Amino acid sequence: MTEKLGMDSQLAEKTNADRPKPAARAVLPMRHLAIRYGFLTLLFGLIVFFSLATRGFTSPQAAVFILQSVSITGILALGVTATLVVGGFDLSIGSIATSSMMAAAYVMVVLEQNALVAVLACLAIGALVGLINGLIICYMRVPDLLATLGMMFLLIGLQRIPTEGRSIAAGMTMPDGSTAEGTFSPAFLALGRHRFDFFIQNLVPASVVVLIVLAVLIWFFLEYTRFGRMMYAVGSNARAAEFAGAPVKAYKIWAYVISGVFASIGGILLAARLGRGDIASGNNLLLDAVAAALIGFAVLGAAKPNAFGTAIGALFVGVLLQGLTMMNVPYYTQDFVKGAVLVIALVFTFALLGRTR
Amino acid sequence: MGSATFRATFRIAGLRKSFGPNEVLRGVSLELRGGEVTVLMGANGAGKSTLVKIMSGIYRADRGVMMLGETPFAPSSPAEAMRAGVVTVHQNIDDGVVGALDVASNLVLDRFNGPGRGIFFNPRRTRREAREVAQRMGLSIDLKADLTDLPLADRQMVAIARAMAHKPQVMVLDEPTSSLSSHEANRLFSLIDRLRERGVAILYISHRMSDIRRVADRIVSLRDGAISGLFEDKPLDYEGAVDAMLGQSLGQSGIAARAATKPVFEARDLQLKPGATPFSLAVGAGEIVAVTGLVGVGKTLLSETVFGLQAPLAGAMRLDGTSYAPATPAAAIARGVFLVAKDRAKTGIVPDFNVYENMSLPFLPRLSRLGVTRRGTERAAARAQIADLKIVCRSERDDLATLSGGNQQKVTVARWLAQPSRLLVLDEPFQGVDISARHDIAAKLRGSAGDRATLIFLTELDEALETADRILVMSEHTLVGEHRNENVDMERLLADVAGGQVGAA
Repeated sequence: MTEKLGMDSQLAEKTNADRPKPAARAVLPMRHLAIRYGFLTLLFGLIVFFSLATRGFTSPQAAVFILQSVSITGILALGVTATLVVGGFDLSIGSIATSSMMAAAYVMVVLEQNALVAVLACLAIGALVGLINGLIICYMRVPDLLATLGMMFLLIGLQRIPTEGRSIAAGMTMPDGSTAEGTFSPAFLALGRHRFDFFIQNLVPASVVVLIVLAVLIWFFLEYTRFGRMMYAVGSNARAAEFAGAPVKAYKIWAYVISGVFASIGGILLAARLGRGDIASGNNLLLDAVAAALIGFAVLGAAKPNAFGTAIGALFVGVLLQGLTMMNVPYYTQDFVKGAVLVIALVFTFALLGRTR
Repeated sequence: MGSATFRATFRIAGLRKSFGPNEVLRGVSLELRGGEVTVLMGANGAGKSTLVKIMSGIYRADRGVMMLGETPFAPSSPAEAMRAGVVTVHQNIDDGVVGALDVASNLVLDRFNGPGRGIFFNPRRTRREAREVAQRMGLSIDLKADLTDLPLADRQMVAIARAMAHKPQVMVLDEPTSSLSSHEANRLFSLIDRLRERGVAILYISHRMSDIRRVADRIVSLRDGAISGLFEDKPLDYEGAVDAMLGQSLGQSGIAARAATKPVFEARDLQLKPGATPFSLAVGAGEIVAVTGLVGVGKTLLSETVFGLQAPLAGAMRLDGTSYAPATPAAAIARGVFLVAKDRAKTGIVPDFNVYENMSLPFLPRLSRLGVTRRGTERAAARAQIADLKIVCRSERDDLATLSGGNQQKVTVARWLAQPSRLLVLDEPFQGVDISARHDIAAKLRGSAGDRATLIFLTELDEALETADRILVMSEHTLVGEHRNENVDMERLLADVAGGQVGAA
């Protein structure tokens, strides 16, 4: 924040003598274009490259496969974008997702409830955890990173307690020696396995539809509603937002609730895809989601968290990994590739944009 | 002032600096002489800060030379400039001090990095050295106190004291009094006098005429990145210097004091602080009331109380005849009470937003339908305000950070003028604003007063005399005087401001 204040006066001085000069004008748009559309051009270039270099990259099935591979991390990333917008951060999204996956399995397999109850239980967990995160951060004044880091640990432990560390699957043996009677309901599994017809039969998986709907929703919310605008104001200068009459704490808490709910939706889809509550899955969710949201800073030269950028960021990672896989690049290089993309995007955002603004 | 002191200790010739296409300095030449205070005047954006940053080693000049005595001076870092003997006290106080450390560490902060220092931190040595620095400057601050607990004025004294400890040849003071009370400013002035006697060349940058009259030996006016006037014949031609800085004469606006038609806002037996005397106050429709007084007498506290950021200890407020006790700013805004708060960078501006987004911030509920913002409406409203207040920008979609300080301030004022209000409160609306921007804002306030009550909190008497119909004086968290702005008895007004400590003012 202090950095911004310092910059403020310096920029004011710098740009005050800003009179359009014909000679300099010609140079600026090129640079401007590069910043604005550089990342999208890169994405397009990658797609062209992979479709030339590999066979079958451009088929509708391959496109859907990419979307499906990033759907869960994409949803988590969209949620964490909301917390980034208010100037916070949510490290607990990965463990909210896995907790919600375990909860869905537990509700259906052990408690023998139907799909609706399982979904509602997961959403409630996400909202509750988000609310607790928000309250701890706003009222107990715990810094966001630390509060959500603590919550992450807590949830990783908590999700193992009901089954004493076992994964949950139909017909599993309970700690007391009995056998669980419930099963994953077909309606629930459809969330992970059903495919909608879209020109081609059985093309689009439910998870991709959920991703697209949530992306459009959060994008519209952040860009076009007054609540979204206020959230950006809170993130940029909380005191100014307060002096403009905004309930700053309420906005922050809501951001964590949104993040929690989105993460729990990701968890539901994960459970539906796996068909079991697997304590070993979902390890990479947090890092992948955060990477997508941060890559999003570079899209369209926004230099700030934004829903469209986050979606493109997730897609970018998906396209890159899919293309490399099809070119027979070994799987163990994937994290390296993601990390490299993230570092480049961040350098692009902060070095390039920082200088021109 | 013997003839020996008249040799130039610091010379600048042909200094140029551009940021991208913007040429901020276009060939500045300047001499500073030992034992003299050279005042640099310039409107917002004239290039003052850039010049200071080049002198202090933050920026490098594109062209031109600086000479310190007989040696070329081209510092590549602030530390190098300081070691060479050119010391700068920056306008932004928190740039000069470290909040996480105590006063003693702050006083000797720069010595931690000097060559030949050990690896380990020695608290006793630090405190001993700090005590020496403090004593030499006549600073009476608890050395063990945390810096964040000090008022702004004391933090600045710490920054200055540390700079002084270097026995500088050249000292640059960038608007050093902008957050000091007049008593503290006087301490600073006597310090400057002592430095002048020791033969230090001082470059003093300020907007305040009272400061300039007090310290200036000569005045240099900067306009659009070039020197537009040099005044060194006694008595100094202050008006000429202002003219040179603005490039035009600004007639002193004669105010026709208006009387209120009916009361809009009343406060009865308001108590702001334990032990402070309760006071009452009324502001009427169409009236502009200035509350003046020194820094730290409770002006900001009163403005925040009216806006629902603070609850008064005792007393009641009424608005338009009904009880008014806002619990939050949102409640105050809903009743039509708006506050243009002090320190726009901290409380006013959203730096990531553009002009129209900044202007519509408090009124988004009114400007949106079913929660969805209506950009067309917002932008039209912003365009009207831009034209009204003569805000210099390319369009309402410019990022706020690209505007000059004065224009940013106009945006924060325009924000609250865009919607009708019952009571408009402004806390130091002219802070860091040049004279022409000040006149634009004041004229707009007077022109739009209409049915609204307006309450302005100002430290500078000149500003109060320029804008208000009635002037109230605050001292020690209570109101101590009232003057109608017509043939004001200046002596009595000043005595009120000094509030008993007449000798100090």
